[in-house]
Amino acid sequence: MTPSTALQRSANKPRPDRRGPADFGAWFLVLPALIPILVLSVAPLAYGIGLAFTDAQSGRTSATQWIGLLNFRDLAEDSLFWESFRIGLVWAVGVTVPQFLLALGLALLLNQDLRLRWLARALAIIPWAMPEVVVGIMWRLIYQPDAGILNETLRDLHLGSGHDWLTGLGTALPAVIVVGVWAGMPQTTVALLAGLQNTPRELHEAAAVDGAGAWRRFRTVTWPALRPVALAITALNFIWNFNSFALVYVLTSGGPGGRTRLPMLFAYEEAFRYGQYGYAAAMGCAMVGVIALVLAVRLAGRLRGGEQR
Amino acid sequence: MSGLRTSGPGRAAQYLALLGYLLFLAVPFLWLLSTAFKPPRELSSLHPTWIPHHPTLDNFRQAFDEQPLLDAALNSLVAAVSAAVLAVLLATPMAYVLARRPGLFSRAATGWVIVSQAFPFVLIIIPLFLILKNLRLIDSVPGLIVVYVVWALPFALWMLMGYVRAVPVELEEAAAMDGAGRLRTLVSVTAPLLAPGIVATALFAFISAWNEFFFALVLLKSPEKQTLPVVLTHFLGAEGVADLGPLAAAALLATLPSLLVFALIQRRLTSGMLTGAVKS
Repeated sequence: MTPSTALQRSANKPRPDRRGPADFGAWFLVLPALIPILVLSVAPLAYGIGLAFTDAQSGRTSATQWIGLLNFRDLAEDSLFWESFRIGLVWAVGVTVPQFLLALGLALLLNQDLRLRWLARALAIIPWAMPEVVVGIMWRLIYQPDAGILNETLRDLHLGSGHDWLTGLGTALPAVIVVGVWAGMPQTTVALLAGLQNTPRELHEAAAVDGAGAWRRFRTVTWPALRPVALAITALNFIWNFNSFALVYVLTSGGPGGRTRLPMLFAYEEAFRYGQYGYAAAMGCAMVGVIALVLAVRLAGRLRGGEQR
Repeated sequence: MSGLRTSGPGRAAQYLALLGYLLFLAVPFLWLLSTAFKPPRELSSLHPTWIPHHPTLDNFRQAFDEQPLLDAALNSLVAAVSAAVLAVLLATPMAYVLARRPGLFSRAATGWVIVSQAFPFVLIIIPLFLILKNLRLIDSVPGLIVVYVVWALPFALWMLMGYVRAVPVELEEAAAMDGAGRLRTLVSVTAPLLAPGIVATALFAFISAWNEFFFALVLLKSPEKQTLPVVLTHFLGAEGVADLGPLAAAALLATLPSLLVFALIQRRLTSGMLTGAVKS
């Protein structure tokens, strides 16, 4: 098998012999996607970050000016923004953690030889395929104070006369978080299920023969194999949740009294209702800060995990 | 599948847990179905029931009367199909190069794919909004398509790279040894093996664009140009007082295309995501 090993070796190393005319071909293949990416994604991103340092507004006649860190100083003193940021963090953690735990439980169940597994798999996919707007609408129907099934069920069970879930000051954020968990479970479950199917079965059986209980088997065999996938999907979920918009826009539009005004909703209003492009871009930059922090922690965790092995 | 037998009470607990999950996952969808087929009298009843006593299709008719659903569906279809086709056309060649020639450029591109997933949309949409405004592409479906293509590219690249890696290099080398040129090899050896992956990627891009809301909300202002998700929010009204029946009916209709497409590609999608993830 000399040729194939030689191939593998050369695949991992730069191939000087392939330079020249072949590279032309490669660029020809890359450019159709690279140009739109550079022009419509990388450049706007740089432009967007640049806007955060200007007083850009909609419908202005005078030229936009550089104002340095003024937007950020205003942000630091904007109590509404801090409140929104706090809500965003509560939402992101409040959704990501239960999402992970519930998805892990479901993935472990689906990995078992149970009847109705096919049904659960099919159902677990539905939230993934639905437009977020429809998910929001659906849950509004459930939370509906009079005609909603949640209050009706509570009345049937004699657990009180029901609430105005989405408009109550205390209940709005928790109610919205439940929807976030529901909507994000499928991706997480699928990723964890795939991770589970990569765990070494022989180890599992050996541990069982040695008399290890279910919890011990999970901790010593399943979890170490699942950890990388679990960390990756949790970090991604956190970022997606922190950046989410449509669900809460449909459910509450940020109300009541700003109790569910996530940073994305706040920035959207600043930019496209009040036309404060520069200020909204500065908010976007602040959000990037949080996300960068999460990625840094995740990366540090990965490096430490690598040392342990 | 699972080798380990759990017996007696353990099994029962597992089924109980599974039942709980089934309920949690299915109840919202079932309630949407139920609401869509209820006549107004039952919708305003103080004691709503799961099964409509007098099921009706009136809500669907009324939904079409209240909002331009057909136009919206057409806009969504045009935007989603164009975005999916363009994204795959642009991404496939690049994914091929990235997967076959690992190196600095390939790593930079993969890094960008990840970064682009992490950026808050505000930071992208404000500049894009201003750029499209200058190009007079704001409030137009073509402008939205441009945004959708760029937005779908990272994920399309990611999935396609996984599919390319699944095609053994040896096959291409063998074809080259038999005297086939580079282009010939790509067209008659690689492309057919890649085709299912390309279709899956296109369908996924279709679903994402069909379901997308934020960009459409920002970019499309005229009612006759808006896509389905944006038009659906008009049913909610200013004070959040909604006509529940038509709302549910329209929401149900808007979901069907993506559910159907998703059912088609579900298996491929998950495997594609994984090959992409595991290899890099």
